[in-house]
Amino acid sequence: MTENYTALYEQHKKAGASFTDFGGWQMPLKYSSELSEHHSVRKAAGLFDLSHMGEVWVTGPDAAAFLDYALAGKLSAVAVGKAKYSLICQPDGGIIDDLITYRLPAAADGTAKYLVVPNAGNAPVVAAELTERAANFNVTVDDVSAETSLIAVQGPNAETILLTLVPADQHSLVTELKYYAAVEVGITVNGAVKQLLLARTGYTGEDGFEIYVPNVDAPELWEALLEAGEGHGLIPAGLASRDSLRLEAGMPLYGNELSREGNPYAAGLGPVVSLAKESDFVGKTALAELKADGAGSTTGRKLVGLKGLGRRAGRSHYPVLKDGNVVGEVTSGQPSPTLGYPIALAYVDVELSEPGTALDIDLRGKAEPFEVVSLPFYKRSK
Amino acid sequence: MSKVIADLLYSAEHEWVAGNGGGPVAIGITAVATDALGDIVYVDLPEVGDTVTAGETCGEVESTKSVSDLYAPVTGEVVETNADVVDSPELINSDPYGNGWLFKVAVTEEGPLMSAEEYAAANGGEL
Repeated sequence: MTENYTALYEQHKKAGASFTDFGGWQMPLKYSSELSEHHSVRKAAGLFDLSHMGEVWVTGPDAAAFLDYALAGKLSAVAVGKAKYSLICQPDGGIIDDLITYRLPAAADGTAKYLVVPNAGNAPVVAAELTERAANFNVTVDDVSAETSLIAVQGPNAETILLTLVPADQHSLVTELKYYAAVEVGITVNGAVKQLLLARTGYTGEDGFEIYVPNVDAPELWEALLEAGEGHGLIPAGLASRDSLRLEAGMPLYGNELSREGNPYAAGLGPVVSLAKESDFVGKTALAELKADGAGSTTGRKLVGLKGLGRRAGRSHYPVLKDGNVVGEVTSGQPSPTLGYPIALAYVDVELSEPGTALDIDLRGKAEPFEVVSLPFYKRSK
Repeated sequence: MSKVIADLLYSAEHEWVAGNGGGPVAIGITAVATDALGDIVYVDLPEVGDTVTAGETCGEVESTKSVSDLYAPVTGEVVETNADVVDSPELINSDPYGNGWLFKVAVTEEGPLMSAEEYAAANGGEL
């Protein structure tokens, strides 16, 4: 299997990163300490290379109708300049990927434009699936993942840092940008102003931005952001801290919480599925049946948050117990750096999913007490 | 700081052993191991009076990302444990060969141990 490297690989190496394979990509796991990277994002700012994520353009007269058919959400209802979290499902309701889709200003001829952002390991599959589902629509599906880098600045100081690179007459575009919205904005890189797509999104539970940039400009943008962040506590942050940050924020990770074998209702993503939209979509019949059967509410298992009462953390695939009987399985877990106690996401039998329910996690043969809590574990104060 | 220190002995499972002229030896985990583990948040040590056996597990080290077994590099009786690392496991990251030591053993039998040169070579590095 070929190993993919992002356009920022040399920057990471220079910064002393240790690398890990993620979805076929060599990505920085951490630069020094994943705990200090985690805390920097919560208290100041962190800089992430997310270039392993996919970017797929969907354009054409039928773009909105096509996405309504291909994805579980109602993308035609998304306003220009806004983003929506959605799912691409199999006909049986299984989850192929979770995605963020941006609706961007229409082309001069009025043609609708969407940018679909799948997860790293799923990007080729999602692009292929979208192309296949597009057969009866007048749209173009264009996978530009290989040419596109994605850099995120996350944390309470993110806006201040970013503004130092934005021409003064465009500051309001940034300061007025709402969460889950995107805009094209000028960003100064080495004296030249580049027009780049800027989104106020993230996977950390903090305020922050994600910047889409052509590979060729990515190293200079990375350096410019690092320099702009000096004095504002910005440090490069790896995937280890990204994982602990998203877990505290109660956000699912594809491959851990979400899979083709699971379904949106069990994962707590029922609201993301628009059964109400008039048009048919892939998975609609199966998802309607799952919902009618009470999946994730009265039958099967449901994704919950668990808070550890001791010091030991549950890990992915550890069994969840009630009175010694297996009633679920951990999908993600670790000690929470911000909260100071172990946290975990786990699928448990729905009748044991109420907050306050006492459960145990089988920690390599030893039952350790946990309690069901409501998600997210961590919410920033505004 | 160098990842491998001269004058210590090393196990294949990334423990170091500091001899003490025939007295109890101090044992810890190497900087190679702490780098791979990431930030350590919990450590479970054998208790004073326990007999540990070279090559067998005698505790656990838990980092933000994973849990690893702690292997005894020698056989003998545990005579002292480092209470500081139980309270402040980050000492193992910040000073693995010093304040981050884990426990001391009155050795009855050494396990298969490597010299610093051998351990460094086995881990693709130099002293």
